[in-house]
Amino acid sequence: IKNLEGYVGFANLPNQVYRKSVKRGFEFTLMVVGESGLGKSTLINSLFLTDLYSKDYPGPSLRIKKTVQVEQSKVLVKEGGVQLTLTIVDTPGFGDAVDNSNCWQPVINYIDSKCEDFLNAESRVNRRLMPDNRVHCCLYFIAPSGHGLKPLDIEFMKRLHDKVNVIPLIAKADTLTPEECQLFKKQIMKEIQEHKIQIYEFPDIEDDEDSKLIRKIKERMPLAVVGSNVVIEVNGKKVRGRQYPWGVAEVENGEHCDFTVLRNMLIRTHMQDLKDVTNNVHYENYRSRKLAAVTCNGGVDTSKTKNQMTRSPLAQMEEERREHVMKMKKMETEMEQVFEMKVKEKKQKLKDSEAELERRHEQMKKNLEAQYKELEEKKRHHEEEKSNWEAQQRILEQQKLDASKTMEKNKKKGKIF
Amino acid sequence: MKYLHQLKGEGARAVPLAGHVGFDSMPDQLVNKSVNHGFCFNILCVGETGLGKSTLMDTLFNTKFEGEPTQHNQPGVQLKSNTYELQESNVRLKLTVVNTVGFGDQINKEDSYKSIVEFIDTQFEAYLQEELKIKRTLHSYHDTRIHACLYFIAPTGHSLKSLDLVTMKKLDSKVNIIPIIAKSDAISKSELTKFKIKITSELVSNGVQIYQFPTDDETVAEINSTMNGHLPFAVVGSTEEVKIGNKMVKARQYPWGTVQVENENHCDFVKLREMLIRVNMEDLREQTHTRHYELYRRCKLEEMGFKDTDPDCKPFSLQETYEAKRNEFMGDLQKKEEEMRQMFVQRVKEKEAELKEAEKELHEKFDRLKKLHQDEKKKLEDKKKSLDDELNGFKQKKTAAELLQSQAQQAGGSTTLKRDKERKN
Repeated sequence: IKNLEGYVGFANLPNQVYRKSVKRGFEFTLMVVGESGLGKSTLINSLFLTDLYSKDYPGPSLRIKKTVQVEQSKVLVKEGGVQLTLTIVDTPGFGDAVDNSNCWQPVINYIDSKCEDFLNAESRVNRRLMPDNRVHCCLYFIAPSGHGLKPLDIEFMKRLHDKVNVIPLIAKADTLTPEECQLFKKQIMKEIQEHKIQIYEFPDIEDDEDSKLIRKIKERMPLAVVGSNVVIEVNGKKVRGRQYPWGVAEVENGEHCDFTVLRNMLIRTHMQDLKDVTNNVHYENYRSRKLAAVTCNGGVDTSKTKNQMTRSPLAQMEEERREHVMKMKKMETEMEQVFEMKVKEKKQKLKDSEAELERRHEQMKKNLEAQYKELEEKKRHHEEEKSNWEAQQRILEQQKLDASKTMEKNKKKGKIF
Repeated sequence: MKYLHQLKGEGARAVPLAGHVGFDSMPDQLVNKSVNHGFCFNILCVGETGLGKSTLMDTLFNTKFEGEPTQHNQPGVQLKSNTYELQESNVRLKLTVVNTVGFGDQINKEDSYKSIVEFIDTQFEAYLQEELKIKRTLHSYHDTRIHACLYFIAPTGHSLKSLDLVTMKKLDSKVNIIPIIAKSDAISKSELTKFKIKITSELVSNGVQIYQFPTDDETVAEINSTMNGHLPFAVVGSTEEVKIGNKMVKARQYPWGTVQVENENHCDFVKLREMLIRVNMEDLREQTHTRHYELYRRCKLEEMGFKDTDPDCKPFSLQETYEAKRNEFMGDLQKKEEEMRQMFVQRVKEKEAELKEAEKELHEKFDRLKKLHQDEKKKLEDKKKSLDDELNGFKQKKTAAELLQSQAQQAGGSTTLKRDKERKN
């Protein structure tokens, strides 16, 4: 890395980023899950110092629900020139029924549908600026029983920890003494580890000072919170708190509860990280699962599927196309070979049969010629014999003639007595 | 189990805050994350050999980048890129400088712009491929897309060369073009004003869209709009230092005076540095991503046959499109396979017919020969028969004659005998 001498100016990049982000504004979606009466709405109001739910916009807790609903409220808040579009997602009815099997399903469906919307928007050919409505954080409220996690708590967190950043909170912590709270926290963390639930982990910062702080905070997990819509005067100061006959439980007092820790973590230091983890981890998991289902078509061959995952679907199709072309070529050459071989065979057969016929014909011809020769020979022989015999006959005839002539002569001469 | 979207009001309603919540730290959180992650910036320098591209980069970034000065005998235009890791205070920057080697050196420059366009497209393609992967790592991806293209104009003082216009026209929809007049210490001030006006009017009349410094953010709107009026920047680069007064400044020393690089009266170098690096670097990156890359992506996807469904009704469904594309594609392949098979079946049929024909001919030939042979045989038989008849006839004749002779001989024989006896006596 080259450290520059003299002024270049890109050290100003962070300011440029700052400027642009302020202009764009920010958005954040926070989901709260827990049984009724755990103070979810109150906590939201305390966190954001506003009456999200008021007379005009009543909170879900004031309405009786028969089934689990997922409701969202969108508000715009401004502070220090920074604009934030805050979406609070509430889940009234969660865990309130007698049979709570699958009460997490509407929650999962909601989270998935937001991811789906984002995926579709991201996959369009014509893309526009996409609003990010994905759930960035899920605060899960644990009832302050003091004992341990309920089966529903475990079930919910197990099903959602790989879909959203889950931050478990001990609700209405002012019903626990510090010692009870400590034990409760230890027990919860133990059970979380036992069930391999991955809750949101505040990442370590490189800065030494801050990292010590982070570690201290990690030891306080899960955070025990108290919320209040009421402002009370304590020792001349106006604070949010809950007034009891025996005193005031102050929301923002670090010795009373972990509210400030939560607020600082959630809003002041780790809001961006919650969004980043949602985008880089949870959303990417959703996306790759969704796309794998489409393009791999439940591939059985795992090595092939693995390859497919590292390629874009377009490249995947290209690859398949190439493979197919090669397969076709191979098939073509094979077919060609078989074809050629068969043709050769047939031609050979034809040739052989031709040769055979030729041979036979030759033989017959030869045979015939031999017979001819024989015949000629016989004929010649006969001719010879015949001419010989005829010659002989002629001689004999001549002799006979001569003999008869001589006899005649002798007769005439009187030689005959 | 249903879920409802109950938007309170038409969108988000504004609510007042009763105190300091603390989300005004969001920009800082974002900035911290960016700083930790590091930044990256890619500059493409397009210009003829010898216009001082490398020197200007060295001067801008206060560092000596590698490389030998190039010769003029390059056969085509090549792009050479080098990546450097720089740091200024706590900000790390991964800077990639891409140089066009051999630009403008050929006799026929018709294809000069092609390798540049190809290079830019390749970087877009790489990003697109990464973005489309099933398992992707976009946040750690090293972005190689070109964020700014410095187009070096030769300081002729007259007008743009046709090569410049052609090239810039091809590049203006793909990259942020910042035209600069190179080696501007060769032009006098009055000539420079005229030159700038001429260049700007030529760009406008040819519809070349150069990068405009953004004026939508009030914080920088004023300075950006002023600077937009100074385009194209006339720059001078130098890494050599000359002592002026009691300071060492970057300058070029001539017998008639010293051109100071960072003196705004001498050249626009400082303006370029301000605009390119200090004020608008992030905007250049953003424009590249949201405008130029999106255009490339849209064209590429449309080329491959993807399209959005009607925006009025159902939203575009990724799976459906992929599914449809895939089925179409598979069907296509299967059809091709089937066609090839059919072709072979056809060939086999044809060949079989051919061979059958040949076989038939062969048999016909031999049948003919056989017939001929039969005829010959018959002839032979006839001849044989006639010979046999003759032989028989002859035999009969012979036998008859011999019989006669033997009879005659018997009679004649006794006469002869008598005669012979008499002779003896």
